[in-house]
Amino acid sequence: MTTFAELPSGFADKVLSAQTTFRSVMDAMARPGSVHCIASASGTPPGVMRGTAAIALTLFDHDTPLWLDPRMAQAPEVEKWLKFHTSAPIVSDSSICSFALIGNAAELPALDQFSFGSNEYPDRSTTLILQVESLREGLAFELSGPGIDGTTVLQATIEPLDLFARLAINATLFPRGIDVVLVADDAVVAIPRTTRLVAEGD
Amino acid sequence: MNAPTYNFAYLDEQTKRMIRRAILKAIAIPGYQVPFASREMPMPYGWGTGGVQVTAAILGRDDVLKVIDQGSDDTTNAISIRKFFAKTAGVATTTSTTDATVIQTRHRIPEGALHAGQVLVYQVPIPEPLRFLEPRETETRRMHALGEYGLMHVKLYEDIARFGHIATAYAYPVKVNARYVMDPSPTPKFDNPKMDNCAALQLFGAGREKRIYAIPPHTSVVSLDFEDHPFTRYRFDAPCALCGAGDSYLDEIVTDDKGSRMFVCSDTDYCETRQSQGHRGSESAAPHKERAHG
Amino acid sequence: MYVAVKGGERAIENAHRLLAHERRGDRDVPEVSLAQISEQLSLGVDRVMTEGSLYDRELASLAIKQARGDMIEAIFLVRAFRATLPRFGATEPVDTGRMQVRRRISSTFKDIPGGQILGPTFDYTHRLLDPQLAEGFAPELPATSDAPAGAMPRVTDILGRDGLIESSPRPDDDAPVGDLTREPLSFPADRDLRLQNLARADEGFLLALGYSSQRGYGRTHPFAGEIRLGEVEVEFLAEDVGFAVPLGSITLTECQMVNQFKGSATEGPCFTRGYGLAFGHCERKVMSMALVDRSLRARELGEEVLAPSQDEEFVMSHSDNVQATGFVEHLKLPHYVDFQSELGLLRKLRQEFAEAEASPPLREAAE
Repeated sequence: MTTFAELPSGFADKVLSAQTTFRSVMDAMARPGSVHCIASASGTPPGVMRGTAAIALTLFDHDTPLWLDPRMAQAPEVEKWLKFHTSAPIVSDSSICSFALIGNAAELPALDQFSFGSNEYPDRSTTLILQVESLREGLAFELSGPGIDGTTVLQATIEPLDLFARLAINATLFPRGIDVVLVADDAVVAIPRTTRLVAEGD
Repeated sequence: MNAPTYNFAYLDEQTKRMIRRAILKAIAIPGYQVPFASREMPMPYGWGTGGVQVTAAILGRDDVLKVIDQGSDDTTNAISIRKFFAKTAGVATTTSTTDATVIQTRHRIPEGALHAGQVLVYQVPIPEPLRFLEPRETETRRMHALGEYGLMHVKLYEDIARFGHIATAYAYPVKVNARYVMDPSPTPKFDNPKMDNCAALQLFGAGREKRIYAIPPHTSVVSLDFEDHPFTRYRFDAPCALCGAGDSYLDEIVTDDKGSRMFVCSDTDYCETRQSQGHRGSESAAPHKERAHG
Repeated sequence: MYVAVKGGERAIENAHRLLAHERRGDRDVPEVSLAQISEQLSLGVDRVMTEGSLYDRELASLAIKQARGDMIEAIFLVRAFRATLPRFGATEPVDTGRMQVRRRISSTFKDIPGGQILGPTFDYTHRLLDPQLAEGFAPELPATSDAPAGAMPRVTDILGRDGLIESSPRPDDDAPVGDLTREPLSFPADRDLRLQNLARADEGFLLALGYSSQRGYGRTHPFAGEIRLGEVEVEFLAEDVGFAVPLGSITLTECQMVNQFKGSATEGPCFTRGYGLAFGHCERKVMSMALVDRSLRARELGEEVLAPSQDEEFVMSHSDNVQATGFVEHLKLPHYVDFQSELGLLRKLRQEFAEAEASPPLREAAE
């Protein structure tokens, strides 16, 4: 059994690390498709990337129910670390979670398993935090939407391969929808519900 | 006694997390007002508590903060808010629009174009653009949900029928990303076009009404109008008496009790920068008579 | 000469210095102490604690002193401080049935188990200015007797035993209690949130609304079932210890209104309830609160919402005096940019009007 003393650490400087992490995520959300680096360092439980850990320490607390993909949910260190550092309740019902952490793309449920919010309160939706292989190289995704001057190209290696096809549901549902934060190590890219895939290629 | 101690940028971390989550949703749903559990701040509601909470939630050690009220860095409330952050967050402050990374504003958008990487934080008194047409939150929320904005067009058209013009001079409603009708805060409608396709991120905080909303960079912002009555900007037709600018929004300064007045830039940084570049107006020493009409 | 609003920073500093000077008043007069405020202006302190939503007599006294006796300003100071306090959790619900009662009256029965206890009240005083008090004097010590031994059941509990009053709505123990300082309010709001809003609400606002309901704007036929003042124990359930830890006792005023009865095909007729609770001794506040609480239950009780006191959006959106005073007083801030925009529009409309007047045929053509 792991004791708290053996748990990976949180932020050394909670206040300033949370601020810089938030600014990276905010800039990412404001400029979809652009890559932002999370500089703050904390310990990471197994299977959780540095960027994901920093986002958790910055945005999660007892007001944000979390859903973990089965592989993470089965790693007791992940749950212990999250609970100890963020106090966020971990839920098994994905439709009520504020954030969902996905480390293993194969375990990403259909998006309608999460909350899209309502037309009156579209903000009451799940934000998906999806760990991917790379946000620097891979396929080219040409994106458009608010936050993008014309179009922008994201080069990334993302699983599931059909992520953007699945996210097309955002266009139909708007203002309801799912916002996604992609994490690869310390790099983050946001794909809010307003972002559209224009083209995809090598 | 419980001696007060305060966190970096005043707000406690739990409050910041809550506001930060609201900001992310606001950016993801441009123009939609995200409810948030606004806190009592050490300045009165209505004096910028929403803007202050947003600024406090985003501000970091490396930021350079500018605060304006009525376009000016020197108005008393702007000074008060700037001092609050200089004291609680120890951040650098500036009056330069170009140098600032975060600009908190009340009632104006700076004249010069904002650049990527900047955040403009608006103080908002009544975030609901439909509030004066329908006082009930339950109703206005439904109207936004359905994108049902006919009432707003009816109101604007009634103005035209009565006055020959749309009689809204400030807080002129806009449509964001072709979906949400949004209150731009009580900026003069002269400023509305600056919101469209702006390179900076625009965040809006309404403390008393507990709402945060946003316009991401490069987002379409259209002032509501009619084909036969297109949106027009208003500016007094005169150059600035101090810097000669012919494109800036002007303050009217009454200089005596005989009707003399002069017009100067409302954006003091814009005006001072122009003056330092050698631009001159009809000059400040002798106030000139107002022209026949504007 | 154009004088910009330069020097604002010094003006603010000087204004604050002047304020401190005026607050002190004549320096030959001894400075008032927090203990004096707490002890001798105690009802003011109670109001600041109630509407400031923080039970701390010393801080409330400081706020009153700092605010120069301006109650809303003092409430604001306390609220702003409260907003920065960390939260450890919620206490167990206090049991006012076990209150150490100092005052307790009912207008619905001549006598009640435990008796009517007048306690410290302005009621039945003749409102004559007292010259003796102006000079300062030591009042007689109060008459005392042993604390009543028997239980002091609430009047509503007595009515409830016979089913004459609706049972107090009892939510499931695990149901979270709303907190409008942590969750943004949305409508319709449940009674927990409404009561929290009313507890923090401006006394004058609730007084006027309650009064309006008595005068026919949404009548509720109220009786003051019981008003009680006294001390109750506060306990906190510490999860790691596993039992409730006593934190101390606080003074509360509670009012239970007994109102107009209801009934339906499935339910026998019975009286309905309105509830008021406040920190310290705030009798006017809890009575007004109970009246408004009952009015706001209109929707739940199937009554038509016609009067302001029944309209939860209206009441809850305007009851908070810290919000209200901020927005009313913000009109003092400069608005000249917007005013200039209006002025420009008005000048244009007037010019067009004048031109139309001057050339009538054109106007006809335009029409």
